[in-house]
Amino acid sequence: MGKTFKKPEALADVVTHYCPGCTHGVIHRLVAEVIDELDIRDRTVGIAPVGCAVLAYNYFTFDFQEAAHGRAPAMATGIKRVRPDLVVFTYQGDGDLASIGMGEIIHAANRGEKFTTIFVNNAVYGMTGGQMAPTTMPEQRTTTSPFGRDTEDVGMPIKVAELIAALQTPAYVTRQAVLKPGQIVKTKKAIKRAFQYQLEGRCFSLVEIVSTCPTNWGLTPVEAINWAQDTMLPYYQLGEYKTPEAA
Amino acid sequence: MAKVLMKGNEAIGEAAIRAGCLNYFAYPITPQSEVAEYLSRRMKEVDGVFLQGESEVAVSYMIFGAAAAGARVFTTSSSPGISLMSEGISYMAGAQVPAVFVNIMRGGPGLGGILPSQADYMQATKSMGHGDFRLLVMAPASVQEAVSMVMQAFSLAEKYRNPVMILGDGLIGQMMEPVEFLDDYKVEPTNKDAWATNGMRTRNSQSRNLVKSLFLDPEALDKNNQILKAKYEQMKREDIQYETYNAESDYRLLIVSYGTMSRVCRTAIDNMKKKGLEVAMLRPLTLFPFPEDQILAAADVPNCEAVASIEMSMGQMVEDIQRSVLGKKPVHWFGKCGGDVPTPEEVTTFLYTLIDGPA
Repeated sequence: MGKTFKKPEALADVVTHYCPGCTHGVIHRLVAEVIDELDIRDRTVGIAPVGCAVLAYNYFTFDFQEAAHGRAPAMATGIKRVRPDLVVFTYQGDGDLASIGMGEIIHAANRGEKFTTIFVNNAVYGMTGGQMAPTTMPEQRTTTSPFGRDTEDVGMPIKVAELIAALQTPAYVTRQAVLKPGQIVKTKKAIKRAFQYQLEGRCFSLVEIVSTCPTNWGLTPVEAINWAQDTMLPYYQLGEYKTPEAA
Repeated sequence: MAKVLMKGNEAIGEAAIRAGCLNYFAYPITPQSEVAEYLSRRMKEVDGVFLQGESEVAVSYMIFGAAAAGARVFTTSSSPGISLMSEGISYMAGAQVPAVFVNIMRGGPGLGGILPSQADYMQATKSMGHGDFRLLVMAPASVQEAVSMVMQAFSLAEKYRNPVMILGDGLIGQMMEPVEFLDDYKVEPTNKDAWATNGMRTRNSQSRNLVKSLFLDPEALDKNNQILKAKYEQMKREDIQYETYNAESDYRLLIVSYGTMSRVCRTAIDNMKKKGLEVAMLRPLTLFPFPEDQILAAADVPNCEAVASIEMSMGQMVEDIQRSVLGKKPVHWFGKCGGDVPTPEEVTTFLYTLIDGPA
């Protein structure tokens, strides 16, 4: 019986630093599988964020750049403009993309820069120890919202997919999740579609992925999946928000 | 080749193209927006890349990304915009990525003014961003010099794998002077396969490149800092540039001045010579590395009574001069902020107070 399942070439054969139950591991793998299947490893450049995935470059086996917090879409713009033949993607979390980097992602998407953004939404700032994010749910307790997110004070969570989809420039914008196996399969399809659009030189793509952070949510991995299903998915609804064909 | 009358900002843009830099990302800001306006047309003619980014912050990272992918790239801005680029420049220095930054200085601090200044000297030479790094900084005093320095800047940036800054001012950016672009200025492309993220297949390699400035391990971070420091020491040994004016005379005063201010000082020196007072000038062309030894040598001659820093700031370069002179001669400062360039007469009046005592 031959090998039916193996580690993607694009994924490094190392142990990651991610927490037990962290969905970064799943998402990294999906990205790596897509890169292998499209046979683009030798011309891909990834851009790592500041966040738990700051060390993402240790887990992939192709060219990588480390961006300052929030600036990955600007770096991606620079690379893609000077080397349109390279396949470029950013991998960003809530703070990176939706807080400090909000300007950069909106403008890169609006200019229609032909790169792909993987946006990991876990409603909290993971790396720095669990502070509130723009995506933190109402009443959700974090280390900087110890009494729960007070929407009277700091507003409602930001729906990034909807926000980016509202821009007039054609793009592929989708929200997926990696909480259940069926969702994971769909997420991979979305990631592949996004990279395919880039290979066609067609448009900007954003794949938002509802994810868990058991450690900073104070939940077990399974509890975290259930909390995300019950609390996040009704608000962060899954689906294709924009496709270039519909433009 | 014939000389062309060009506005400084436009000549700077053209110089980059002649240096083989076909990639420009920028944001408008007075008094240097003409660079972007010029290149928005010119880059198309040479099939280059032009992009107006959404902010100087974003632009600094477009520069970083493109340069890290192996492209020769530059940007221009002015004081408040340069402040916005400090984080990106720090990252580039830490990650050892070359690029050229041009600061057409205007008045500060804060929103300041739109007229020329030299008030970003310390920012450029001492502290362009957080952490231990320096920029190689060059200061042109004419449009022609701006052209040659922009071209040299790319070679130097790639020699050292470090950002390089051209420190101009609003006058240099706005004025028109005859300029020629000589063929022997051409800057050869350099091979960046050892470190750039230009794609494994571009390098025909199975091993990937990683551009980062994060070194969580203290020994590794210390090592990175040692590598950077060694570069700056090498700059000091190999790349100091300066000029002297009237230094063959028995000068009683030594002026140190750069950029636009140095031209005014030259006129003042000529005027004073006619009146029988000999004054010399040492004009740094590189502000980092700074010609410390040369200033000391020029000051430490028997006839020279004092040294004066003449700069359009509240006194920034004067501290480097004090440091260089090692207390051997008194060091004074004259300057004006606000944007009015001091006149030769104002400089002369000030210098006479050093000889005769206050008026």
